[in-house]
Formats: sequence, structure tokens, C-alpha cells
Amino acid sequence: MFTTYLRRELSGRRKQTAIVAIGMAVAIALVIIVNAFAAGVRDAQSEALASVYGVGTDVTVTQAPEAGSGGPGQGGQFQFEEGAELSQERLSTGMGTTAFASSDLATITDLDGVAAAVATLSLENSSFSGEVPDQSATPQNGPPTDGSGGSGGPSSFSIDRFSVTGVDASSDALGPLTTMAVTDGEGLSSAGDTDAVAVLDSVYASEVGLAVGDTISVGGTELTVIGIATSTSGEGVATESNVYVPLALAQSLSGLTDQVSTVYVQATSADAVSGVADAISTALPDLSVETQEDLASSVTGSLSSASDLASSLGRWLSIAVLAAAFGLAVLFTVAGVNRRTRELGTLKAIGWSRRRVIGQVAGESLVQSLIGGAIGAVVGLLAIIGLNLASITLTAAQAATAGPGAPPGGGGPGGAGGPGGAAETTTSAVDLVLHAPISPQIVAIALGVAVVGGLLAGAVGGWRAARLSPAVALRSIA
Amino acid sequence: MYSITGLTKTYATKERGTISALAGVDLEIADGELVSIQGPTGGGKSTLLQMLGALDRPTDGSIKAFDHDLAALSDAELTTIRAQSIGFVFQHYNLIPTLTAAENVEAAILPVNSGGKVTAQARAERAREVLAQVGLADRATHRPAELSGGQQQRVAIARALVKRPEVLLADEPTGNLDEAMRDEIWDVIETLHAERGLTVVLVTHDTAIARRTPRRLRIANGRLTELD
Repeated sequence: MFTTYLRRELSGRRKQTAIVAIGMAVAIALVIIVNAFAAGVRDAQSEALASVYGVGTDVTVTQAPEAGSGGPGQGGQFQFEEGAELSQERLSTGMGTTAFASSDLATITDLDGVAAAVATLSLENSSFSGEVPDQSATPQNGPPTDGSGGSGGPSSFSIDRFSVTGVDASSDALGPLTTMAVTDGEGLSSAGDTDAVAVLDSVYASEVGLAVGDTISVGGTELTVIGIATSTSGEGVATESNVYVPLALAQSLSGLTDQVSTVYVQATSADAVSGVADAISTALPDLSVETQEDLASSVTGSLSSASDLASSLGRWLSIAVLAAAFGLAVLFTVAGVNRRTRELGTLKAIGWSRRRVIGQVAGESLVQSLIGGAIGAVVGLLAIIGLNLASITLTAAQAATAGPGAPPGGGGPGGAGGPGGAAETTTSAVDLVLHAPISPQIVAIALGVAVVGGLLAGAVGGWRAARLSPAVALRSIA
Repeated sequence: MYSITGLTKTYATKERGTISALAGVDLEIADGELVSIQGPTGGGKSTLLQMLGALDRPTDGSIKAFDHDLAALSDAELTTIRAQSIGFVFQHYNLIPTLTAAENVEAAILPVNSGGKVTAQARAERAREVLAQVGLADRATHRPAELSGGQQQRVAIARALVKRPEVLLADEPTGNLDEAMRDEIWDVIETLHAERGLTVVLVTHDTAIARRTPRRLRIANGRLTELD
């Protein structure tokens, strides 16, 4: 009887049922789409961050560069004599990177809440060859910024730069090694701490035409290429550095003995991340500490725009449409109860209990919302499938002032001095295809929202029906 | 059946202040009686019927019926009494428009069968049986809109009788019907009273119908009087 009455009531007022169901369907579809989109963007952000900072890293520790230190890093200077022919090579910390004592790694490792920590040394290898331009014969131009060589003097010279990262090959569960796989040759773990060997990023290797067995000059020392590594993000995606060498070798070649530039820290749990970051800041106040949350805020580009879209517009639009759908459901349910005063009053008069009347009204409202929820879930899932088929590519630009491993980029030749003032900002970009995940959890949540909407409308309508006195209900039509 | 003493019902209104719908009504109705109540509009007929039907509580006085004082019972207890012992017939039939005739009748069995002892099939059979008693066996699957006024009122009577009530309360049962249908409905009520010994209290404006009842009451200004 309950279901017969419910079915007849809903089909008897198709227009109202359709309006409420459509309202709920739109809201639920939007909730599903926004949630899936947001999850997709979150995954993309994690992927972008992982490609830069490595999988499992909760906190990164670097040394913030001092103001005005935007020029060349530590590790040596080119010696220029105007008009002279020369060929020099220098291995030093890159723009915006400052090294600090490797003993800080032990301090960090000993802190409570730290599960693991690994240090790297990010360097930049610059080689200069050609004739140094005669600055006295040149108008005062700004420093060259494209890294391809100066343009001020009458003579030409060339600059070759690539990034070099010294890594602890024995700790491949954390840090940059987690985002790559050796696809040719061997990894650094097979070599000694000071062996003159290197592993090359596959994209860089193909750019410069190097393969396993070739040699590459780093800091004036010829290193044997023992392996080629590819980013786990996919083919054609560059890893964080062009060249990877054992940490001790990097320290030795750059003259930065017992120095590192980044410590990657993994906390014992997600809850411990904040405490670990605070503890590091307290123990090592001169160092810059960033959590994944801080790092995520440094992601710019279309990925950032998508994230903003999902978190602001999408969320508020969902809430607004949900509120409207709930309001609509409540309004129509109450209007339905008012219109059915005689009917519900009659049922009470012939002995229907308050509970049975409320159950009937709430049941109708719930089913109405569930119909909308089911339609919304199907529409939402189809929209997500469409979104995924569209293969939207997002670009994550990682801006960092002192972040680890900034790839080689701007700046004139060493020694000429970069722009003064604040630390240099370097940027790396990663292209990611947005994949909005379809999870049963999202569908369950959306249907749960529909149930809540139905129950809310049913509760309000039922409360109104419960307050109807059978006598008053009958008197209204007498 | 009913023993009513000093029954008073007042309503507070914004326009006219306190209105006294019933002013100290005393009334005895025996089991199996067929009683009509007449009176002018606003005289207290419907209010008295609501009190008899456990639809409302008096402001003062007592209504002893079904082994209880209805004035002292809770809402839930009054609901139980309405569900088990009282059958209602309304002037406007008050059928559920989306349900068929049989389903409308079944709706009255539901609260009696709260324990779920009667199966859906037995409920449907019982509804069709009662519809047949009021001459509507062939209209069981029709919805109210597909029935005439007289047929709708017979469905309403079937709905009132399906629970085998102790008393049938009818509020202007022929008020919306033409003369032929009025006689048809009266015949049904009179037959039920005669054959089952059912107590019937009939509120009506129709003097022709009232004159056919063995006992006639008149209520005006909340005061009840017996008519010859």
C-alpha cells in the first residue's frame, strides 16, 4: 500500500516530481563533476609536485638565498680578461640555490616524527668558450638573459649549461630518484661514492646525443655515462636534473665539501608533517622549510587555474545549486502537503497514525530526490567520461626562489653578475593530462546528498503534515 | 454507545473573540441507534460530530464511549479508537484521488492491521468484498474521478465499513448528491443499520432524510434539543 500510494502520488503529479528530480539531478551531477574534477586536479598537483620533489616527500629543507645574491652561486668564479680567448668550465650551485652544511641532515633525521631524510646537492655546470667581449667598446646593455651567450661585444662566445644533481644513491626511496627509472645501463647505486660516473636524463641525453658508455665533462672532469634515466611521469618528460652523479663526487667536483642544497624529509604520518616542519624550523632557524601544502601553492599555470576553478567557482556553484535544489524540494513538498490538507486530514481521520502519515510524505520526498540523484549520477558520470576523453592538458609551472634543482635558465655569464636585489626566481613546467577519477565513493556521496535533500524536504513536509489536526483538516473543506 | 455530559467547545478567533460551538451538551446514544442531527450552519453540528468521532477534544465535559472518556485520551489513543471503532462518511467523499476504489477502501484497513497480520492479498479481498456489499464490485479498479457522486459516496461508505466499526458517523452524506442518488445512499445506510445493528449518527441539512431516522436531534447555538 505504501509503495502503491507513493508511486501513484509521484506519477499523479508528474510536473512537480519532474521539477524536483531535475533540480536534484543538476545539483548531484554538478557535485559529482566538481568532486571528480577537483580530485583530478589534486592528483595532477601531486604528480607535478612528485615530479619535482619526489614521491613521498612531506617537507623540503633548503637554504634561502640572501638578498642580493642573485648572481652566481657558490663554487667558483670565471676569470675574464677582456678580449682574451678562453675556455673555462665551472660547477657551482645554480641561480637561487645556496648550499648548507650536510651535518644538518643528521639533525633533521634525529627529530621526532621524521621517518626518513635524504640530501642532494643541486649544481649547475657552465662552460664558457670563445672571446670575451670588450666591454669598454660596448654601450651599457643589460645583462644577457637567455643563456645563449652574450651579445654585447663585437666578438662571439658560447655558454653551455646543464644541471647536475648529486644524489645519495643508497637512499632511493625518497628524493629525486623516486621520480625516475633507469631505462638503459645502470643506476648510481652500482657505483662507488666517488666513482667518476653519471646517469643522464633521457630527454637531455637525446638532446646532446650522449649514450651509455660516452663521457660527459662535469666541473672539468670527464665522467662515464653509466645509465640513462626516464621520468616516471612518462616518455618525453624531463626529470628534475640533466645529470645525476654520486653526492660525494658532486661535493668534490664543486668544492662544496660536506655541503648539500636540499634535504627531502618524510614524516611518520600525515598528521606529523606540520610538527616536523616546525621542529626543523626551530632546530635549524637559518634554513627554509616548506611542506607539500606550501609547495602546492607555488604551482602556477593552467593547473593552478584549474585548481582555483575547482576549489572556488566549482565548490560555490555546487553549494548554490544544491541549496536551490534542496529549497525547491522543501518548497514543493510543503506546497504538496498544503494542497493535500483534505487528503492527509482524511487519512488521519480514518485512523492513520502521525508516524504513518509522516512516513508517507517523507517517503515520497525521498524517492523523488533519489530519482533526481540517480539521474544526476548518470549525467555526472557521463560528463566525467567526456572530460577524460577530451584529454585536457594542464601545465604546472613550478616557481621557486630557492627550490631544489631549478633547471638551467636565465642569467648572463658567471662573473658578469645577475640582477641585484631579491633572489632569482626559476621556473620548471610540467604538462599533465587531467584525469578525473570515477570513484564509487563520489557516486555514493552524491547519492547520499540526494538522500539528505529528500530527508530534509520530507522532514519539513512531514512535520507540517504531523501538525495537521484531522478536525481542522476536515473543517477546512466543510 | 455514547454518554455525553456537559460537553463544551470554544474557539478563540481574532475577528469575533471566543466562540462557543458547543455549550454544555448532554446526550445519550444507545448501541444500534440511528440518529440524525439537524441545525443551522454554524450551530455546532460538525463540532459535535468531531467530538463523537474522536477528531477533537472538548474544552470541557466528558464523552464516554468505547470504554473510555475520549476527552482524557492522548492523540495516539484517539487515533487508535478512530482506526478500530469509528467509520466516517464525509459530505465531499474525501477519497484519495490517485488510488482506485479498492485501494481507497484498503487504506482504512492499514491502521487496524498495524501488526501486519493481514496479508496484502487478504486486505484486497476484504476491500472487494465490502465494495460488492455496496454494489460496486465492478468498479473496484476505477479511480474516484471515473465514478459518479453516488458511486464515490458508496466507496466512502465501504471505506468506513471495511474495518467493521462500532459506529458510523456521517457528515452530510447526501449533501452533494441529486435526489435519486440521495435515496440510493440512504438505502445503503438504512440497510447497514438494519442488517448489522450498526450505530449511525447522521448530520444533515436534509429534512427529508432526517425524517426517515427514528431519532432526530437539533442543535443551534451549541445547544442540543430532541425533536419529535
